[in-house]
Order: sequence, then structure tokens, then C-alpha cells
Amino acid sequence: MNINTTNHGAHFESHGSLKSYIIGFILSITLTLIPYYIVTTHAMSIPTTYALILLFAVLQFIIQVVFFLHVTEGQDSKWNIMALVFTIVVLLILVFGSMWIMYNLDYNMMH
Amino acid sequence: MNITNPNSQHTHHDDHHHEEDKKNLFGFWLYIMTDCILFAMIFAAYIVLHKNTFGGASAHELFSMPFVLTETMILLTSSFTYGLVMLSAHKNQTKMVLLWLFITFILGVVFIGMEIHEFTNLYNEGHGWDKSAFLSSFFTLVGTHGLHVTSGLIWMCALMGQVMVHGITKKTINKLACLSLFWHFLDIVWIFVFTIVYLMGAI
Repeated sequence: MNINTTNHGAHFESHGSLKSYIIGFILSITLTLIPYYIVTTHAMSIPTTYALILLFAVLQFIIQVVFFLHVTEGQDSKWNIMALVFTIVVLLILVFGSMWIMYNLDYNMMH
Repeated sequence: MNITNPNSQHTHHDDHHHEEDKKNLFGFWLYIMTDCILFAMIFAAYIVLHKNTFGGASAHELFSMPFVLTETMILLTSSFTYGLVMLSAHKNQTKMVLLWLFITFILGVVFIGMEIHEFTNLYNEGHGWDKSAFLSSFFTLVGTHGLHVTSGLIWMCALMGQVMVHGITKKTINKLACLSLFWHFLDIVWIFVFTIVYLMGAI
């Protein structure tokens, strides 16, 4: 992998502005309070609650990467994003693969 | 605080050091990605084992939600205040950097204090890590995150010392930027701990 790029892009140098940090902060607080409210008040059916809080966690993840980490900005950011995307793929295979295998194993042992 | 032009004081070093700083940060980013895999494995273990309570208490009975929400808010706020550290650093405001670092550090210490409080309470009430597969995986997951936060706090202390001695230089900014990636990363991991362990446990 060639990381000796010659262009002097803002690789990690885009450190955001006060405004972007405040927007990120308010959004992440909101995205924490809404699922907390849904869960503690039992406002919705159980499957909907599961789906919604997972959705809010993913949104929260995106908000934090964009507004706090600033790795997706600048000319050289493609390597950061590529590493991140590769990690997410490995991560999803690990987590959902484990769940799938272990659920089947459990099912076959019990029935 | 002057927010009109955050790049105004940003003096560019010679290209060699510039490239090196960029490589440092990219290398640190790759380390964080491997840390993600570590957490993914512990999350997978928790998800698989969390129903195996061996007749003991389940997640639903053990956790106090307002307490966990407070922990989450503290960690989110510390992530925001660390953002302010970076903004001040790029504006060359040494005193503001130290002030925000200190506030972030205090918030981190409060978070760890609350976690230790939760762990000792659970243990004293007979819900130790040796009681069931669920509790083992819970203590491993939340404990690993706590250890990361603790090492982040030690690192933060070291950086406060360096900023006090050397001031804001290219080198200290680079180190602060590495810790910023680490700190925001821990915040993101906690969001998933909050969702998967605590919120899903309370449904």
C-alpha cells in the first residue's frame, strides 16, 4: 500500500470548527436520550424497540465519526475510510457469524 | 474565544515532518481499527452468552438505567470537551488546552469512578464474574472498555505534563491528535455497550 503520497492534503488536519463540535454534541445527546426514553417507557413493541435502538446506535456512530473524528475529510482521507470500511466488514462478519453459528449449535443440541 | 479562523496560527513545517506526522496518525488509526476487532470479539461473546445466567440474575434485574445514562452523558461530554482541546491546540492557546484537558480528565475520572462503584456493588451483592457466563462476559466487555479509558487517562496526564513543559508544538499537537482519536473511539465503543448491554438488557 502506497501511503507516501506527494499531495499535502488535509489528512486528519481538518479538525472541525466549534460549530461542528457543538452540532455533533447536541445530536449525540439527542440520539442517546431518544432510545433511552423508548426503552424505559416501554412505548413500543419489543421487536420495534430492538430495531429502533440499533438504528439509533448506528446513527450515533455515523454522527461521531463525521463530527468528532474528522477522518472522512481532506484529500488523503481515502486510506482512513478504506481501513474503516474494511474493519466494519470484518467486524460484521465476526459478530453476525458468531451469532449465526452459536444459535444453530444451540438449536441442534437442544432439539 | 476566537472562532473566526481556526487555521490562522497554523504554521506549516517543512514537508518531511509534515509527512511523518501524517503517517503517525494513520498508523495510530490502523491500531484503533485493530482495537475495534478486539471489541467486536468481546461483543460477540457477550451477545452469545448473555442469556446463560445459570439461574442467577439477568441483565434486566441488575442494572440501574438512570445511573448508566449519567455515565453515558459524562462520557459524551468528555468527548466534546476533548474536541475543544484540539480546537484550542490549533489556535495555539496553551492555557485553554490545559484547561479543557483537565476538564476532560476529571470527566473521565468520574466515569471510571462510577464504573468501579457499579462493579463493586454487583460483586458485593453476589453477582461477581464467577457466577455465570453472562456475568463473566459482562465484566470482560465493560471492564475492557474501562481499562482502555483508564490508560487514556494516564496518557492524558502525561500529555498535560508535556504541554506544560514544551507548550503547543507540532509534536505535542500530533500527540494530542492521537489521543483525540483514541478518546472519541472509546466514546463510540461505549455507545454500543450502552445499546447492546444496558438498553437491550432493560427491554
